[in-house]
Amino acid sequence: MERRVAAGVHVGKPRTRLGKRLAPYLLVLPGGLWLLIFFLVPIGFMASVSLQTGNLEEGFRQTWHFHRYIEVFQQYRPEFIRSFVYGSIATGITLAAGYPLAYWIAFHGGRHKTTFLFLLLLPFFVSFVIRTLAWQFILADDGIVLGALKRWHLLPHSFHVLATQTAVISGIAYNFLPFMALPLYVAIERIDRRVVEAASDLYANKRDVFLRVIFPLSIPGVFAGILLTFVPAVGDYVNASILGGTNTTMIGNIIQLEFLQNFHYPAAAALSFILMGILLVGIFIYARVLGARSIEEYV
Amino acid sequence: MSVVMTREVAKAPPVIPPGRRRTWTRFILPAYAGLVLFYLVLPILIMILYGFNASGFKRVSFRWEGFSLFAYTHLFARPDLTAALKNSLVIAVGSTIIATMLGTLIALALVRYRFRGRGVSEFVLFLNISAPEIVLGASLLALFVSFGVPRGLLTIVIAHVMFNIAYVAITVRARLAGFDRHLEEAAQDLGAGPWTTFLRVTLPLIWPGILAGGLLAFALSIDDFVITNFNAGAAQTFPLWVYGAVKVGIPPQVFAMGTLIFMAGVLLAVANILLQHRKPVTLNR
Repeated sequence: MERRVAAGVHVGKPRTRLGKRLAPYLLVLPGGLWLLIFFLVPIGFMASVSLQTGNLEEGFRQTWHFHRYIEVFQQYRPEFIRSFVYGSIATGITLAAGYPLAYWIAFHGGRHKTTFLFLLLLPFFVSFVIRTLAWQFILADDGIVLGALKRWHLLPHSFHVLATQTAVISGIAYNFLPFMALPLYVAIERIDRRVVEAASDLYANKRDVFLRVIFPLSIPGVFAGILLTFVPAVGDYVNASILGGTNTTMIGNIIQLEFLQNFHYPAAAALSFILMGILLVGIFIYARVLGARSIEEYV
Repeated sequence: MSVVMTREVAKAPPVIPPGRRRTWTRFILPAYAGLVLFYLVLPILIMILYGFNASGFKRVSFRWEGFSLFAYTHLFARPDLTAALKNSLVIAVGSTIIATMLGTLIALALVRYRFRGRGVSEFVLFLNISAPEIVLGASLLALFVSFGVPRGLLTIVIAHVMFNIAYVAITVRARLAGFDRHLEEAAQDLGAGPWTTFLRVTLPLIWPGILAGGLLAFALSIDDFVITNFNAGAAQTFPLWVYGAVKVGIPPQVFAMGTLIFMAGVLLAVANILLQHRKPVTLNR
């Protein structure tokens, strides 16, 4: 890329040379401004709101009440812990479900590879809310699945899943499974088959071929998948609110409630900030260790 | 998985020869993959099925009450739901057009130029994609609240453009990577001005990438719930309406509309795949 640009610069007349120098900035400007005003600046505003005091009727004043962060964190510690636990378990499930699937499509998909990939993408053609809602119908006590199993006495009548942790975690795992499986597939598919063959030729058994060649080479996909799954899973509140009950409340539910129903803007902003802080620190360490580019490649 | 691996004999050259494996363990992996695929598709089947449930016309019951076409013959019988769907489409079209233009320009700058601020731009895109949705939505709401901006369709469009720019930029950039700049130079050598070159050479070449970015933006916009929920005010979109109806009962039209949207999306995608197979000679290989 450097060479191309360098080659382009010396051909130009002075006027175009200035144009060339300005061109990238002009190209970035409109989108950059949009992101500045509606993405970066709002985060600053959220920081400011989180340190205000007041209520909707009397208005909010900037009081620099830093102590609020500690207060809200302590008040909602169970929800924070629950979110991270649910997010971790769901990410684990997607990895356990997605890796063999991605591996199988990449190595044994054969002629129908495209079809299997298409099946993997199929959930994206259905609205996220409706997909979650469909799980409510699947897991409902008298729904078409559990109801039938109970009628055939395959399940006891007291058995129910809806409004439990199991329902919420499996809903999250379901909704984010493609985000895990796709980067995994890309990473496994990219593995040079000659390397795999070479390992076999050198008398590695199947287990060693997998553990010492295929798996290490697929690690970037694993990391990208974990990032793409874990972050939205922790912040999710749709699954908890459609499939969960009173004791499966996640931090996302609280932020939403405080912002949109209770109008406790400062508390909600502080909670969002804590969530973002924890996740961003995690992402930064993650990106530092692995290199942001290598993750971005799979996004 | 390791079970599959250990059953094999070490001597025989593994992985490649398919005919040699005779143990039942070779079915474990395909069966597992099949189950996972079934798990992925199951809710879609349920959605399609319950669109035909003859269980009252106000709300679909969890119980299966028999087959009915009611939801399809009365597809637009709920004016508020229809209006929400219409809003979703308007927002998706509007935000996709804006985000695709802005994102494509950023992608062009990133692929073609090395400039001061390039690293920062890439970092902002990365940050925008990796930040949790709830934080994006909440912080934008904090901005609107601070300035007393009334929430409605306009603020939803602003929000959707905000989260789509980065996705478009990254998609287009990936497709631009193999772009042959000699074609543009050739056009200019043949006397084409910068605009003619852009319109007649550059744009047709990068069009597939722009289209891919635009489709992604449209899909993300029409499906977005979290960020929209924070910035919608009293305005309704299809996902918001459905979410709101969960507590009072889902009318069968929701599943019917979901099914029709699903079918339209699948048809478009299949047509796209077939078309790409049809003409293997494209300019940017």
